[in-house]
Amino acid sequence: MSRRAGTSKNADRVLSLHGLVVFAFLYVPIGLLVFFSFSDSASLNVWGGWSLRWYRRMFDNGPLLTSIRNSVVVALVSTVVSTVLGTAAAIALERYRRWLGKRTFDALLYLPVIIPDVTMGVMLLMWFTTIGWRLSLTTIILSHIAFNISFVAIVVRARLAGLDPALEEAAMDLYADRWRAFRRVTLPLIAPGIAGGALLALTLSLDDVVITSLVQGPGSTTLPVFVFGLIKRQVTPEINAVSTVMLVASIVLVFGSLAFQRRKSDSVQ
Amino acid sequence: MTRLTESHPEGLERGHERAEARRGFLHALPAYLYLVVFFALPLVIVFVFSFASRSRTGKPVLADWNLESYQRLFEPVVAQIILRSLWLAVLNTVLCLLIGYPFAYWLATRRSAARRAVLLVLVLIPFWSNFLVRTYAWRVLLGEHGFVTEVGRALGLWDKLLFTQPAVFLGLLYGYLPFMVLPLYAALERMDWSLVEAARDLYASGLTAFRRVTLPLSKPGIIAGSILVFVPSLGAYVTPDILGGAKTTLIGNYVVRQFGAARNWPFGAALSFVILVAMLVATIVYFRTEARTL
Amino acid sequence: MSVGLHQVTKRFGDVVAVDRIDLEIADGEFFSLLGPSGCGKTTTLRMIAGLEFPTEGSITIFGEEVALVPPNHRPVNTVFQSYALFPHMTVAENVAFGLEMRKVPREEVRRRVADAIDLVRLTGMADRKPDQLSGGQQQRVALARALVNRPKVLLLDEPLGALDLKLRQAMQIELKDIQREVGITFVYVTHDQEEALTMSDRICVMNEGRVLQVGTPEEIYERPTSRFVADFIGETNFLDAVVTGPGRVRIGDTEVRVATDAAAGTRLTVMLRPEKLQIHAPDEPVAEDRNRLEGRIRHRLYYGDALEYEVELPSGEVLDVRMENVPSHRRWGPGEEVAVSFRHDAADALTE
Repeated sequence: MSRRAGTSKNADRVLSLHGLVVFAFLYVPIGLLVFFSFSDSASLNVWGGWSLRWYRRMFDNGPLLTSIRNSVVVALVSTVVSTVLGTAAAIALERYRRWLGKRTFDALLYLPVIIPDVTMGVMLLMWFTTIGWRLSLTTIILSHIAFNISFVAIVVRARLAGLDPALEEAAMDLYADRWRAFRRVTLPLIAPGIAGGALLALTLSLDDVVITSLVQGPGSTTLPVFVFGLIKRQVTPEINAVSTVMLVASIVLVFGSLAFQRRKSDSVQ
Repeated sequence: MTRLTESHPEGLERGHERAEARRGFLHALPAYLYLVVFFALPLVIVFVFSFASRSRTGKPVLADWNLESYQRLFEPVVAQIILRSLWLAVLNTVLCLLIGYPFAYWLATRRSAARRAVLLVLVLIPFWSNFLVRTYAWRVLLGEHGFVTEVGRALGLWDKLLFTQPAVFLGLLYGYLPFMVLPLYAALERMDWSLVEAARDLYASGLTAFRRVTLPLSKPGIIAGSILVFVPSLGAYVTPDILGGAKTTLIGNYVVRQFGAARNWPFGAALSFVILVAMLVATIVYFRTEARTL
Repeated sequence: MSVGLHQVTKRFGDVVAVDRIDLEIADGEFFSLLGPSGCGKTTTLRMIAGLEFPTEGSITIFGEEVALVPPNHRPVNTVFQSYALFPHMTVAENVAFGLEMRKVPREEVRRRVADAIDLVRLTGMADRKPDQLSGGQQQRVALARALVNRPKVLLLDEPLGALDLKLRQAMQIELKDIQREVGITFVYVTHDQEEALTMSDRICVMNEGRVLQVGTPEEIYERPTSRFVADFIGETNFLDAVVTGPGRVRIGDTEVRVATDAAAGTRLTVMLRPEKLQIHAPDEPVAEDRNRLEGRIRHRLYYGDALEYEVELPSGEVLDVRMENVPSHRRWGPGEEVAVSFRHDAADALTE
């Protein structure tokens, strides 16, 4: 028997069946997608024997490779910048009792999280046009930082909130100045939170289609936007191959974040 | 002994507190400035431009302020798109909740912690997986000779779903279900199950115990999940663009079209603003209702 | 004098946490701040540590004004209520932290850390992480981490609060031994009156941000100067009385002798500790130096080592009487008429 209180045996059976159906619903589509990426057939639904031909073709596709490079640049730069800014913001909100504009900032920080992508993209597009910035890789990076700061700050803040403030006080009581208390005590303890926030930022940046497609300039397409364009033109097993690569990247990130979460529970009592 | 009080009429610690406040402000300053420049000001610009008039290139002319863009919202075609989007977002939120709740409950009530951990990872993978890729998977399933299409034909249920509203809806459900499951799971997982036992001990039936104890205690998860599903469903762009057709335009696509083919920036700004307001209203209403029922 | 507080006030917004307190703590003294939660004792300790700065007043440590000196520049160390051990460091790294921050040579750090770990009897645990230790062991690490710096004053914020009773009693003795061994001033915050009584050289009882009484444990227990102190420390009976003459008061209809110099007619409260009362048969004579009240047993509570009786006086007031469970002791049952006696000097009269 694998249930906890409150469910009868029959209800539990129904729930288990439902659970399996939901898992099938979640996994069958992506499973088939991955499966057919290894098919030799040009059809998306007819099995043509094992082959890596779509993967080979993917690596010969110049524009695709450029978009991958762009995606990596955008994701890395925006993750680094937003992690630094977001962490500092989280510290300001969680560790300093009162300062000028704290409440406004708190509200401002949460808005980008709940605003729909389309609105965010439109806002930024209009802004860049108004101040006369040419759309390019730079505007994509600037836009990704704008939404990533908030996600990083929220994750780091949760981590800071779970940290006993007496730890920093103890460091100061033991003759550490502010900087050394941060570097020796606070930073190592919130590091899993910072890493978690950074991974989230990286994922969001690698996932984004809507905002990027609005603020991109000529030649600055990222991978998801490029694939989006391919899908709209014509679906081929090559897209399956690219998709499989993107899924693998996502799964690596999931396990990365889980590894950090494990460390999190190790180091906080 | 020196008396420090005389020289600090407003309190000795004031200087220190001011230095602390300054330090806090300086920590936030880079992010603060960034969000003002790349979020707050763009927000203001959208609002301002929604009252501007349109030039021949589609870009706004900062003159002849008018309400034209907002008047257009009431044109039947536009109103229909807005209502369709709202309807789909609401429907998707409700269905995600109906499917996701028993699912999350099932996950959270597995007795072995190791098993719960494995199941959680299985939910996390689609949650973190690329949204576009997951939508594309349905493009294939629903396409000509696709698995779902073939099954529908064999059973005589449907001929082709791709580029129809049910396809868009299926895509939204698939896309956002994990967003509902995770917060629900978090709320149910940390629940104190002895409360349910206490309810049973006080003569509640299994169903009553669920309705009176489990459900109210999982409300934070329901709220978080609903917002996480409703907001992106309302602004959906990728799903209707890949799985939908001309008759299934949602507000998200319609907005983007104003900046592309349709070339009407002021109208696009007004539409974006409508989405933003709808989202804020929905969030506030949700929290309000919640506060009342608790 | 090791620590001196002069007219110290701390306000948080509109809330006055500490209200114009004066304290003088002697060198080498075990000094306790005792009071209910929210009485300002922890805030007072934190101001001595430098973790809060006072709104008004002056704080000196060995004659030096430190009111606005940050914690890392004060010759004091703190044992935190939550222990605040750094979870990512081993026991040895925790203990070495303060010395490292003060750039003590590595060889000396090693030696002093080892000594401190021995002092708190954690030899062999140096390489463990805090979460591999029991609550009592964590407590010792916190103590070692503070003591290794040889502070002039050690501040302890309810250090035993999280431990269970048996362990707490053992640690009380050990803390006292350690204090004697290192010979420095301990300032000890607690809400546990028994702990304060058994460990302290002097106790400061606080309530609502003010100091109510400072004195040795005996003084605080035997001669409380206010009803609050009498009530907070130990158990106490309070009886309404009226002064009838020099050293005489009337309780209900009975006149008794109590040490008071209040004028005749003054209303006051007579305070009686339950263990200083004795129960007799109504006809049994009572010694010369004892007062006698009549009443009836209402309840008897069995404590194992003692029996506690509730005796109802004719006025309706109830006296708790605690009698040791010795073989010669006759037991009384509910409803029995009895007499209660106490020595003239066992009662305290409080005018408030």
